[in-house]
Amino acid sequence: MNSIDDVMQALQAQNYIAERGLAMAIYLSLALKKPLFLEGEAGVGKTEIAKTLCAILDTDLIRLQCYEGLDVNTAVYEWNYTRQMLQIRLLEAQGAASGEALREIFAPEFLIKRPLLQAIEGSRDKAPVLLIDELDRADEEFEAFLLELLSDWQITVPEIGTLKATHPPVVVLTSNRTREIHDALKRRCIYYWIDYPSLDKELRIVRARVPAAEERLARQIVAFVQELRRVELYKVPGVAETIDWAAALTALSARDLSADTVDDTLGVILKYQDDVQKVQGALVRELVAKAAAVP
Amino acid sequence: MSTSAPDFFLKNLLLFGRLLRLMGLDVGVSDMLELAEALTRIDLARKPDVYHTARAVLVRRHEDYPLFDQAWQAFWRKPSNQRLQRLELQPDPRLVPKPLRVPNAPRGEGDGEGGRKPQDEIVAHQQSFSANELLRRKDFGVFTWEEVQEAKRLMAQMRWRIGERHLRRRKPVADGRYIDLRRTARANLRYGGELLTLAWKRRKTKPRPLVILCDISGSMEQYARMLLHFVHTISSGFDFDRVEAFVFSTRLTRITRQLAHRDVDDAMDAVEAAVQDWGGGTRIGEALHGFNFQWARRVLGRGAVVMVISDGWDRGEPQALAREMERLQKSCHRLIWLNPLIGSEGYQPLTQGLVAALPYVDDFLSVRNLDSLEALGQALSALSDRRPARRQQPFRAPPPPAPAPDDEHTVAVRRAQEREAVARRLKGLVGT
Repeated sequence: MNSIDDVMQALQAQNYIAERGLAMAIYLSLALKKPLFLEGEAGVGKTEIAKTLCAILDTDLIRLQCYEGLDVNTAVYEWNYTRQMLQIRLLEAQGAASGEALREIFAPEFLIKRPLLQAIEGSRDKAPVLLIDELDRADEEFEAFLLELLSDWQITVPEIGTLKATHPPVVVLTSNRTREIHDALKRRCIYYWIDYPSLDKELRIVRARVPAAEERLARQIVAFVQELRRVELYKVPGVAETIDWAAALTALSARDLSADTVDDTLGVILKYQDDVQKVQGALVRELVAKAAAVP
Repeated sequence: MSTSAPDFFLKNLLLFGRLLRLMGLDVGVSDMLELAEALTRIDLARKPDVYHTARAVLVRRHEDYPLFDQAWQAFWRKPSNQRLQRLELQPDPRLVPKPLRVPNAPRGEGDGEGGRKPQDEIVAHQQSFSANELLRRKDFGVFTWEEVQEAKRLMAQMRWRIGERHLRRRKPVADGRYIDLRRTARANLRYGGELLTLAWKRRKTKPRPLVILCDISGSMEQYARMLLHFVHTISSGFDFDRVEAFVFSTRLTRITRQLAHRDVDDAMDAVEAAVQDWGGGTRIGEALHGFNFQWARRVLGRGAVVMVISDGWDRGEPQALAREMERLQKSCHRLIWLNPLIGSEGYQPLTQGLVAALPYVDDFLSVRNLDSLEALGQALSALSDRRPARRQQPFRAPPPPAPAPDDEHTVAVRRAQEREAVARRLKGLVGT
């Protein structure tokens, strides 16, 4: 892709509606071969970017879901010890010399490749998309390790040697910001904060994602959610919730947003009991009325 | 130097970088190089594209977006030559040495507690052992200026540790609970794969983060300063993963940054400047509400221990307080309520606020004097890795109060309690 307009078009073709700033960040990350660092509230479409990029570039998606305690063994590689032990016994039975056995059991076939090693594997003919999801959940030690990897795209396995990527992956990092990611890491990336979309943009997203939803219903759903985001809630619904809700209401063959249908399906957009209690009833009626009034 | 267009543009670009730096953004030379390269990849005639490119490369925090926008507006909309020249004359902020820190001048006698009086250091050290013993049991609320100084010294000697939590990461040890397959395989290769030795590993541990919410409303006035000293002592200790501190009376203020001053008096000055509602009314429920909404998700991760320091005199809605306490308890590892009134004679936690809050409190402890702080320190370091079994019982009576001397303070407290009881009865009679 040679220009930002190409990126815009490609995203559009994949039904991902993005504003120019985001398209620019994606374009720069591809052009400069730097990781793309996306922050924003849950459900604004950060992970979706990686999936979309994957479709656009027609390549594999390798996903590393971060969690606390994620370590090199689960992120990069591990030896298959059981198979190694068995192999030694087998070679012993065949009367092989021990030096030979050693060489044999550290062959690549005993290596279990975890996502990061898969991402730089030399056998690929195309750069994959590597999604490092919710980096804020991993601990600082892992962040420090990534720093090294992201700068030179090589991993050293002591028994085999240094593996270097022939096609460095396209990297997307996401964070929900439950903690601050260190500046040193962000510095190596192109940064973009994804906000909740405007009414128009969200409507376009819903139309693209749930084409079966009727125009009028989609409009009311989006207007309702936009209003709902102004209410003080523990967890404000994201775009992902809007899409789910549109799909749910369409499946229920609703034609209009009514207070009853909203009450029945609140669980799709609100994930805290306190929030549901706060919104249910009077507030729902008020918001439905407002949503119906939107042209 | 020629004044061809690219030169001019590059120069402006560098000046823009300098402007951002002056505004406090962390923009380095490498970032500017990066930007210069990025700009070769886009159509420079399209202004919004240049803007988006610069922002994606130079800004790394969502909070900095508005600052960047301001700089952008000021610089590129109408780049008047005068303004540019002035910017050029400004020294680069990274090159200006920071002014040397001059310690606060000692304050006068009449300055009340908190000030520094150098000669007192000597006096304090001369205090006898028995004087110290008395001081340790003396109520914070009736400390004299000299006693505050001495207490600060004693507090600084206390070591604070907090219960450790187990991580999912493991570390190799000589004896542990789990077999380390990787090292076992390695070690036994020399025996031809015969399992002769086993290597072990154990889960790593780390101290828990601590979150402190301290009441500084009117009723807490006589304790607040001393307790903030205590909060400062804890924050500057290094036995914590992280300490976040907040104060509240009618609203919540985060003071973590202010407490980062090493010197306790500097820290107190900074806190005082940041807090707008010292000694105001108490709305604990609302303060906790603010915390739950704005901060809980960011500071309560990783099994945090939360300490609420308050006497529980609350003018808010008790139901609201109970609701927020319930949420707070559910989202932290342990919820500790520290009350300076526990231990004063005849004290019963019967205020509306406390009755509403106590069912959700894991530990209800005193912070009345230095002795109780020490006891708290022990309680913290003994915290187990397990979550406490959470009680559904409505109210847990505190241990019977220890007999204390009938000093001015306890009399004042008893009067306040009587006043509250009368007010409640009145309210019942009049009806609201």
